[in-house]
Amino acid sequence: MNIYLQLFFTFLKIGTFTFGGGWAMISIIEKEIVDKKQWLAREEFLDLLAIAQAVPGILAVNISVVVGDKLRGMKGSVAAACGTILPSFLIILLIAIFLTPDLIKNNEIISAIFKGIRPAVVALIIAPVLSSAKSAGITWRTVWIPAAVALLIFSGLPIISNPIIYIIIGGVVGYIVFTRRQLSAKQNDKL
Amino acid sequence: MSVYLHLIWSYLKIGLFGFGGGYAMLSLIENEIVKHNGLPAWGITEQTFTDIVAISQMTPGPIGINSATYIGYVVPGNAGFESVWFGLLGSLVCTLSVVLPPFLLVSYTSHFIRRHQDSAIIKGVMSGLRPVVVGLIASAALLLMNSDNFGVGGMELTVSVLLCVASFLVVRYTKLHPIAIIVGAGLVGFILYYLLNL
Repeated sequence: MNIYLQLFFTFLKIGTFTFGGGWAMISIIEKEIVDKKQWLAREEFLDLLAIAQAVPGILAVNISVVVGDKLRGMKGSVAAACGTILPSFLIILLIAIFLTPDLIKNNEIISAIFKGIRPAVVALIIAPVLSSAKSAGITWRTVWIPAAVALLIFSGLPIISNPIIYIIIGGVVGYIVFTRRQLSAKQNDKL
Repeated sequence: MSVYLHLIWSYLKIGLFGFGGGYAMLSLIENEIVKHNGLPAWGITEQTFTDIVAISQMTPGPIGINSATYIGYVVPGNAGFESVWFGLLGSLVCTLSVVLPPFLLVSYTSHFIRRHQDSAIIKGVMSGLRPVVVGLIASAALLLMNSDNFGVGGMELTVSVLLCVASFLVVRYTKLHPIAIIVGAGLVGFILYYLLNL
């Protein structure tokens, strides 16, 4: 089979059977690409994974784009990305056509079910706050940063409630602090 | 047609600034689509937004794509373009918009990133983003803890708080899949609000 079709169908399979987005997808992609298809060595894959994470956007799509790009350039990445996107696009499109917000609101049974679901969904978002704080190495000395970001966005005030601001500030401050530290480390080495 | 331009612009921003995975992206989506757009024609409420997150959890694929497809379908209808085809077009442009910026960045900067992976630029920026991402996820959780999702008071509020706490404990301390939690909470909702008519 044509390599582009292979890329497309491999990622179509991955897109169809992974629930829960990027992180859940990584191990499955690794199994398909490295172990089964042997398109990439494990180290190459980890290298690509680092790139996919350094770029904004949807992690699963980013991984398919870097893998496709590595194997067959631009055309390869289009084929792989289409495969990843197509299943969720079609499934959600069908759901959107039949399960409209009006239906959820006005159908007694569906509305009762969703009344139960909504508080659980909030819990599903609270849980990764703690796990991401742990993996980001947040301590009692640095906890003010995510707390301030969350409260300022929550405030709903114009401009300062826009999350994009904090992404830009975080990136710029991180860069400055990191280069300063490297500079002072170098100077200490010289002394 | 300006509703399409707004959708495209919003999802381009979401794609360009969406660092830190799906949950962190929720805060961006909320800000672009639910919260600040003063346009009443969009009609995406906090409730609908939470429902989309629930649907996303129960269907395959990343939440960024799922929300783009669903919101892209619903919004043109709310703005007066009521046909499946207008919705389909909305789904298509939103989904393409959210993947376009990362697609271009990966295609054109991966060589640069590969060369500079250990450099101060990438490492520094990533280390600065990490605590912000935690804040973004927390803000999404805070924004959704409202009367839209928990009810105004009385029995519904009590049930909602209990469901939220119970779900949190299950996610945190067991290996149960999130889908099972959503199905369970939906079942509780069906029994309490429909069968027992609370």
